[in-house]
Amino acid sequence: MSNDRNDDGGVPVPSVPAGASGTAPAEYPPASPAGRGMFGNQGTGDVSGYGGLVRPRRSIEEASRPYGSYFDEVRDALEEAYPQFGEAIEKVVVDRGELTLHVRPERIAEVCQVMRDDMSLRFELCSSVSGVDYLGADGRRLHVVYQLTSMTYRRLVRLEAAVSAEDPHLPSVTAVYPTADWQERETYDMFGIVFDGHPNLTRILMPDDWEGHPQRKDYPLGGVPVEYKGAEIPPPDRRRSYQ
Amino acid sequence: MTTSNYATERETTEGKVFTVTGGDWDQVVSGTDPINDERIVVNMGPQHPSTHGVLRLILELEGETVREARSVIGYLHTGIEKNLEYRNWVQGSTFVTRMDYLSPIFNETAYALAVEKLLGVTDDVTERATTIRVLMMELNRISSHLVWLATTGMELGAINMMLYGFREREYILDIFETITGLRMNHAYVRPGGVAQDVPDDAIRKIRDFLVLMPKKLKEYENLLSGQPIWIERTQNVAVLDTTACVALGITGPVLRSAGLAWDLRKTMPYCGYETYEFDVPTHTDGDVWGRYLVRLAEIRESLKLVEQALDRLKPGPVMVADKKIAWPAQLAIGVDGMGNSLEHVAKIMGQSMESLIHHFKLVTEGFRVPPGQVYVGIESPRGELGVHAVSDGGTRPYRVHYREPSFVNLQALPAMAEGGLIADVIAGGASLDPVMGGCDR
Repeated sequence: MSNDRNDDGGVPVPSVPAGASGTAPAEYPPASPAGRGMFGNQGTGDVSGYGGLVRPRRSIEEASRPYGSYFDEVRDALEEAYPQFGEAIEKVVVDRGELTLHVRPERIAEVCQVMRDDMSLRFELCSSVSGVDYLGADGRRLHVVYQLTSMTYRRLVRLEAAVSAEDPHLPSVTAVYPTADWQERETYDMFGIVFDGHPNLTRILMPDDWEGHPQRKDYPLGGVPVEYKGAEIPPPDRRRSYQ
Repeated sequence: MTTSNYATERETTEGKVFTVTGGDWDQVVSGTDPINDERIVVNMGPQHPSTHGVLRLILELEGETVREARSVIGYLHTGIEKNLEYRNWVQGSTFVTRMDYLSPIFNETAYALAVEKLLGVTDDVTERATTIRVLMMELNRISSHLVWLATTGMELGAINMMLYGFREREYILDIFETITGLRMNHAYVRPGGVAQDVPDDAIRKIRDFLVLMPKKLKEYENLLSGQPIWIERTQNVAVLDTTACVALGITGPVLRSAGLAWDLRKTMPYCGYETYEFDVPTHTDGDVWGRYLVRLAEIRESLKLVEQALDRLKPGPVMVADKKIAWPAQLAIGVDGMGNSLEHVAKIMGQSMESLIHHFKLVTEGFRVPPGQVYVGIESPRGELGVHAVSDGGTRPYRVHYREPSFVNLQALPAMAEGGLIADVIAGGASLDPVMGGCDR
């Protein structure tokens, strides 16, 4: 089981909250290592053999031309307006009718600038910024996901930038999209991803003195067992259940 | 980040005690002129009747004028997004409905649309289920706007508006109770369709409501639209133009009050909205008055949509046909409340082994969703409600993120309030219609 809790990287290290006793949520181990096992329980009780199952992670498959819909147009326009395209864009993925551009993290603000300003792109609205933690996938497990909307052309594009938990830094896009301010703060709060150049990168939903980043996959859900009609029901992340 | 950003701590016999001072607020204060002590910092909320729930505002005042305003949120953070990752996909509806408690149907529908897109069954959702979703969403839009009208009226001194708004909302909640069994937190719209069909009783109630509501709207207009105090408090207050709105990501009635007719129901239609006949009301002033007019007009448009949805409600199934996805239970009211109907229990226990297997697998394990990610945006009463859902191929969501319009729109508060009067902070904040349950999730 990989334990990333001691990997510092300049961000506050997730650890047991000060003053917490033995039953504090933060002390519980993660439900199970990502993608392993069938029923969620580890170590004891599982005689089925399913606990050893390892579910293969889907690798991200690059789409091939033509992508269909407006996606080819968006790619061509970006390639023309942004000469460093080949260097900055790692992958182009088309899945379920949605276009995702995987961007090198250090280039994200530049790409956003072009996406917003170029006449043939015009992604004026940054709908959403959030994170996803692909624990165990590869070295760069923390992904930041940007949903851009072009109000002019009525198009959607997703930008995705991946950073490692050891060095979770990438440039802030607040200068391009002021609306990313709180959303980047939330992503920092929940995933510990540091947006360099953000005017005020503090916690926003969790208390200021909270330790750890709750939406990371190695941060346990927590909870206490409840007694119901004489039986003890464990908290949701420790129940035996399919996963 | 250094630890100096955290609260100071000291040891006591009871354990560690933290002194929470509010992050960088000392910097905001120390940046001001130390000689000029006429500026005072006022903390408003999180327990304040005019801040729309547990919103905390920190205002730096010079007399009655607001020089700086900052909002502090997070008091209602419940970790719903994290919790979703430990429940199966169907159980998710029960969680997301509790986010923005004034527009539960929108939370559920956005979630259901995202899961359906992940499953690739978007086109299999039956026409009746989609029509019921539209019907419910538009009723919910009316009830949400009524609460906005009620609370904003109260905050600006029109207490009777609060009574009327909540009174009419009760009609809609009654309709919801007839259809879903609950006034709020319905978990009615499920991935694959809706939980159960609309009873005839509810159709009658909705028809009655469609007759009643236009009269009530006239009443509100008589009460507020020509009222000198209401006009004084709202016109040219908390102005935000289109540029500011788009830069700050503001959508919904606030953006439309600035003149941009951006409504996802028209611009990026879902649930068949492109086949309905309705207008997108706009205003050009971008002030609280404009937002009031836009919301009133939107109630009228929603009434039109409800009527059209009722007319096209044709009998048919309300859940996808695929038994590997469709929730198996047929619900009925029994002596101990709502539960599986006796016919359903008889079928799975006595007649059909296949049904029993499906029931058992769906209830205990849930369905698996092919890996991938989607983003679905719908037009909630407050603006773009987006769901970013990621599946790793399992029976539980890998990650669900809600792009909550309340959360994004609240960023506009300093832009609206700074330089204005403290009384206009209330009007401006109210005109954003933030719901803290949605904002903090």
